[in-house]
Amino acid sequence: MHTHDLVIVGGGPGGLTAGLYAARARMDAVLLERLSPGGQVLTTDIVENWPGDVEGVSGFDLSDRMRDHALKFGLVIESKEITKLTVDGDCKVLSTPDGEIRGKAVVIAVGAQPRKLGVPGEELLIGKGVSYCGTCDGPFYRDQVVVCFGGGDTAAEEAVFLTRFASKVYLVHRRDELRAAGVLAERVLNNEKIEVLWSQVPLEIKGENKVEAVRLKKLSDGEEYDLPCDGAFVFVGTTPNTEFLRGVLDMDRQGFIICDRDQHTSLNGVFAAGDCCSKLLRQIVVAAGEGALATYAAQRYLEEVHD
Amino acid sequence: MSDNVLQVTDDSFEAEVLNNETPTLVDFWASWCGPCRAIAPVVEELAEQYAGKLKVAKLNVDESPKTPGQYGIRAIPTLILFKDGKVADQITGAVSKSHLEAAISKQLG
Repeated sequence: MHTHDLVIVGGGPGGLTAGLYAARARMDAVLLERLSPGGQVLTTDIVENWPGDVEGVSGFDLSDRMRDHALKFGLVIESKEITKLTVDGDCKVLSTPDGEIRGKAVVIAVGAQPRKLGVPGEELLIGKGVSYCGTCDGPFYRDQVVVCFGGGDTAAEEAVFLTRFASKVYLVHRRDELRAAGVLAERVLNNEKIEVLWSQVPLEIKGENKVEAVRLKKLSDGEEYDLPCDGAFVFVGTTPNTEFLRGVLDMDRQGFIICDRDQHTSLNGVFAAGDCCSKLLRQIVVAAGEGALATYAAQRYLEEVHD
Repeated sequence: MSDNVLQVTDDSFEAEVLNNETPTLVDFWASWCGPCRAIAPVVEELAEQYAGKLKVAKLNVDESPKTPGQYGIRAIPTLILFKDGKVADQITGAVSKSHLEAAISKQLG
């Protein structure tokens, strides 16, 4: 069976940049993605902090450009879902539902997905008023009232985006200030349609067949109340898509992969890049940088171990 | 786009999906929706894989808003598996292919 030099798992900015660098290095590399390439960038309306794109770039365009860029240099992208990573001597074996793929080195760039609130009613009402993507589902809330949860960049961006459709947007945040970048926080605070409910936490999402209200608790005095609404949008961080690697790679408590400054994981020959890594800041530009570094580190590994 | 995937609208929904003996998977999507784009190749693969046993259709919620309204759809992509004109299963979000295969196998028996 053929063994690739490098197998990249995941086709977001981290994986696509790893792939671009691998293709330009003329490595025998393959990128495996279970959906279409792009990752979470696909759920971003406008990316405003990709250096050089002064006017901003749509998430769709940036994804397409990153994919096309890697393809231009000959990267092979395959539609595959990986369920397991095992070690066979110096090689790594990636299992899919219809066979195995072998690589001398592997870059894990499987990304992350929105984290759930974990309150009663949430799971039951997904798709019936509970959403994790404003850019996807905003248009269903024309002239309606929505509640957003979170205080980071995504929460701020999405709350502002939702004002295009909703008549009123509540932003519920457990702290008394936003963690979002200053420019984003300003847009929230200056938007007439947004009301921030500071220092409050959700207890429950209520509704029979659709969201009717959220039950909130004020941290100051413990008062609980129902806030009627049509939609509940959750932007409280992400959870990594690393379930299948549990016990194989060292991870932090939340399941993000621990790697060193050169993207080495705890397993020799396996590197990680992008939002699945344990770190302070998850951004497209960071993921891209890590992708380049991971491939370079993988090249060095191959020179030392396999040649 | 794959020939195996049927495009349905508000007008053709009843004939193509509800009054149809073959179980039908309908992908409710829109052009603005990233996860819809992400899952599109998976939907096409399923259409090919289950050809003859399962009909696979796509409905654009912008062009055909009535049908998604009837099924209370407030998030996309939503995939509904119809059997004998009724909702047999409903999945929201860009889930993995194996997740969809499991749901389809359960209904096809």
